[in-house]
Amino acid sequence: MYTLSLNQRAALLSVVMLVVGLLIWEAAIPGQKAVGELTEYERLTGAGAPKAGVPPPSDVIAKAWEQLSNPFYDAGPNDKGIGIQIGYSIYRVLTGYLLAALVAIPLGFLIGMSPIAYKALNPFIQVLRPISPLAWMPLALFIIGDSEASAIFVIFICSIWPMLINTAFGVAGVRADWVNVARTHELGALKTAFTVILPAAAPTIVTGMRISIGIAWLVIVAAEMLVGGTGIGYYVWNEWNNLDLTSVVFSILMIGVVGMLLDAMFGLLQRRVAYVE
Amino acid sequence: MTMKSLGNPFSAKSDLRHGADCSCHSCSTAAPEVDDSVDLTTSEGMLERAVESAIVRSVFGQSDIGRRSFMGMMGGSTVAAALASVFPINEAKAAILDNLGPPEKTDLNIGFVPITCATPIIMAQPLGFYERYGLNAQVIKTAGWAVARDKSLNGEYDASHMLTPMPLAMTLGAGSVAEPYIMPAVENINGQAIVLSNEHLDKRDPSQWKGFTFGVPFEYSMHNFLLRYYVAEFGLDPDVDIQIRVVPPPEMVANLRAGNLDGYLSPDPFNQRAVYEGIGFIHILTKEIWEGHPCCAFAAPLSFAQELPNTYGALLKSIIDATQYASAPENRKEISAAIAPTNYLNQPVTVIEQVLTGTYADGLGEVKQVPDRIDFDPFPWHSMGVWILTQMKRWGYIEGDVDYKGVAEQVYLAADCRKVMEDLGYEAPDVTYKSHMIMGKSFDPATPEAYVDSFAIKKG
Repeated sequence: MYTLSLNQRAALLSVVMLVVGLLIWEAAIPGQKAVGELTEYERLTGAGAPKAGVPPPSDVIAKAWEQLSNPFYDAGPNDKGIGIQIGYSIYRVLTGYLLAALVAIPLGFLIGMSPIAYKALNPFIQVLRPISPLAWMPLALFIIGDSEASAIFVIFICSIWPMLINTAFGVAGVRADWVNVARTHELGALKTAFTVILPAAAPTIVTGMRISIGIAWLVIVAAEMLVGGTGIGYYVWNEWNNLDLTSVVFSILMIGVVGMLLDAMFGLLQRRVAYVE
Repeated sequence: MTMKSLGNPFSAKSDLRHGADCSCHSCSTAAPEVDDSVDLTTSEGMLERAVESAIVRSVFGQSDIGRRSFMGMMGGSTVAAALASVFPINEAKAAILDNLGPPEKTDLNIGFVPITCATPIIMAQPLGFYERYGLNAQVIKTAGWAVARDKSLNGEYDASHMLTPMPLAMTLGAGSVAEPYIMPAVENINGQAIVLSNEHLDKRDPSQWKGFTFGVPFEYSMHNFLLRYYVAEFGLDPDVDIQIRVVPPPEMVANLRAGNLDGYLSPDPFNQRAVYEGIGFIHILTKEIWEGHPCCAFAAPLSFAQELPNTYGALLKSIIDATQYASAPENRKEISAAIAPTNYLNQPVTVIEQVLTGTYADGLGEVKQVPDRIDFDPFPWHSMGVWILTQMKRWGYIEGDVDYKGVAEQVYLAADCRKVMEDLGYEAPDVTYKSHMIMGKSFDPATPEAYVDSFAIKKG
């Protein structure tokens, strides 16, 4: 008899759980009851019109179909398709994130090479690291004076710490033997850094980068809800204005999917730099 | 306030070549020009000055040094008189004031918070009022008042929808950095309501509200001041007996449903939306507290009006024209349909229509007919500004001696508004102060301090 592999069985189980979950969700939402002839009062209080409430999955799927079939429409500055909104968000996240990487990785390298710098800077890093993106926002808006740049700054400041700490940790943890071997081969400091320390610390550095991109994507929704204008966070806020939970649920799913794809990219990178001792 | 970019062209001391922020040696050492001949706080005054400068500059060409030594030698007023005898300077001024030159900048960003108070600012885009005056203005939705304030201060918005107390507070530096703001037009009068949760159907008497939690959209808002006034008239101290929280309007409905708020005094459509969602009812409209009270406004930084006088003039014309159009009841249905889509208010048309037409369900089982539930009147009465300042003083938002009239007149540009209203053929009031009747108590703008002292319930 043909038996399914472990992966196939797991995939099947996922699908079964999804379908059962959606069916329970669908059944749990009471249908909007149809109404006959309306009095004026009933019409004005929205009898028969959909009330704000948790939507059944069928509504969300219909909404997703409607939005995804025309993702790049542009009906003015406050009404753009989901594709454009996500595009803005990804642009902000990547800009802030790349700036953070440019600062965090070289700085982390230096901190990792020098135990005294590591110990001296650690208190500052530990204080700055847990600060919420929303706490930075008013300060950023005030000092930078531009909402777009402020959103990017907030991404930058929140995604810098995991990269910095992991890089420093990885560099500091490179086995002393390897560095000693490099020294006996009379390699210069720069050559040692690039040919010995960087490859050895790479898996830890990429782990830090992977954590950071996750944080950056978490932060963008909050930042855009506050500064508005464009982006997936703005989209959520705008639909919330209209108490349209169907759109809100749909955008939550989109945020999840994009976040997963970003993480998967770094997962791939992580496998490429992994090595076995 | 220095306005070097509009320096007096007839003075030997002013330098017409350098801008307002010039930090070169000759500018930073020169004493700021004080000049009483032209009132630079009105767009009219600024335009007159701009015209004079242009004419004088054309006489002296690029040589500002030559002009200055000439003025020093002859005396500014002599030159002005001599020049006026050969060039019709007053006619030139009048011609430009009546018929503004082309706007210096046509692409504008105007911020708005998605509520019906912003109706004229919003509808001016879909109904073509900006285009009519040669502007390509985009209206940009803003998440809240604090962000609207910061984006205006940052210059991302050329002008913005604000609450009437905000430009006063911003000019005084209350709750933000002090930056001179001008408010040449009010957007809406009336148009707010106190909504209570359906749980409180039996508590229509405000003296039963002890311990309630209310939401208002912003500290420096008519909502906050009217709610405080209203409960205080019923013997409740708003700082002690009830709790007032700042809640963004879209969150109000959700908070009312969740029981975090017992009620709120908020802008529409969120009052009507609570009824539409079956969560709350309209306790009273704010027009029953103060008939004709101001609420939201059209505001801009003073620098915008100074640096781009033609753009400012054209923008003010489009806004006032739109405001007048919105005040006509027969246009209200068309406007409701124009501003309901996602790009603007993002609300069901039925809800917006009930707000604007005043035929609405009150949540208590009745259909009410109140055509002036919300109305639109651009004239920024100085007395309204003084009233707002008295309430800011009353509740401790500002302290010490307040120059009530001075601040109100600096911020509320009634002269600009009157000029544009008359240009457009509307009737404008001759005076800028009048007494207002608020819950049966008369407010005399001539005696603001006595008015503040007359309340039994106040802070401090």
